[in-house]
Amino acid sequence: MWQELRAELHDDGLEVVTVALDSAGPEAARPWIERARPEHPALIDEHHRLDELFGIVNVPSGVWIDEAGVIVRPPEPAFAARPEWDEGIDDDATGYQRRTLALEEQLLVEDEKYVAAVRDWARHGADSRYALTPEEVLARSRPRSRAESEAAAHFELGIHLRRQGHAADAVEHFRAAHGLQPDNWTYRCQAWSFVDPHLGPSAEYDTDWASEVERTGVEAYYPPLDMP
Amino acid sequence: MILDRPDLPIEDFERETGWLLKPEGACKAGVCIPLPPLRATVDAGELADRLGMGVVHDDRHGLWALGPSTVSGRALESADAPDFTLPDLAGRPFRFGSLRGRKVVLVAWASW
Repeated sequence: MWQELRAELHDDGLEVVTVALDSAGPEAARPWIERARPEHPALIDEHHRLDELFGIVNVPSGVWIDEAGVIVRPPEPAFAARPEWDEGIDDDATGYQRRTLALEEQLLVEDEKYVAAVRDWARHGADSRYALTPEEVLARSRPRSRAESEAAAHFELGIHLRRQGHAADAVEHFRAAHGLQPDNWTYRCQAWSFVDPHLGPSAEYDTDWASEVERTGVEAYYPPLDMP
Repeated sequence: MILDRPDLPIEDFERETGWLLKPEGACKAGVCIPLPPLRATVDAGELADRLGMGVVHDDRHGLWALGPSTVSGRALESADAPDFTLPDLAGRPFRFGSLRGRKVVLVAWASW
């Protein structure tokens, strides 16, 4: 997906950097990266440092940084193509997997709009109507309260303790993080993934992906892109 | 940032958080928060409090974690992109700042 766009726009001075927010490490990301055969940097962020640095709460999220190292678009949903969510579904798929797929197919995916914007920026740079001023970038940056900062601290502790082999103690911190920042899908999905790769119901958590998406609304999962 | 004691050397705090501790206070992205006189080590809890950082103490494991500062009230304190270094699949570190001079689309994704 991104490799094709990168190849098209590289000579216009555009680079793509993908970062896997995967606490399970490089092996979790490997199948996808190897299939994509990227010529661009494809990095692994096991400690979820980017979440804190940029204010990322869901994936995929895109951030634009110009030649001077200035952010011209803060995190927003970023698709280069519509994902093939039905790829993993076969005759053995569970009812939960089918329920998840039905929700995924309703998610707002604005790949054509996003790609068109990237192309425009590659071509026009600072003159692109998609490139925001620093003031606009800060105004669009998501609010961060003390509670959300505490959520980040809990999440970091959870990841740390899990790596040390204290999975049950980690769960307590993940649950605290979820309570303090309920709309952070990254914190939820990463935590759920440790107990169920399908992010389904578990003994450790009170909810699951499908239930939360149904409760908060499919339309809210990837908000519409705020661009012309 | 994770700590196993409630105080730490100034350099460690600065390196981990990007806040520089100067005579005028803790400074970052053009903002300075006044502080009481500094010593070689800083009390993480007190500093975190002034910078609006969430603090979590895990009694069982004797660990503290500091969340990001909330002085600006937003996730981004500056439009200047923070630098960071992360490994690729082979474990080789890549410094994001090395791309200065190019327009970069940074895409965060996940296998989950």
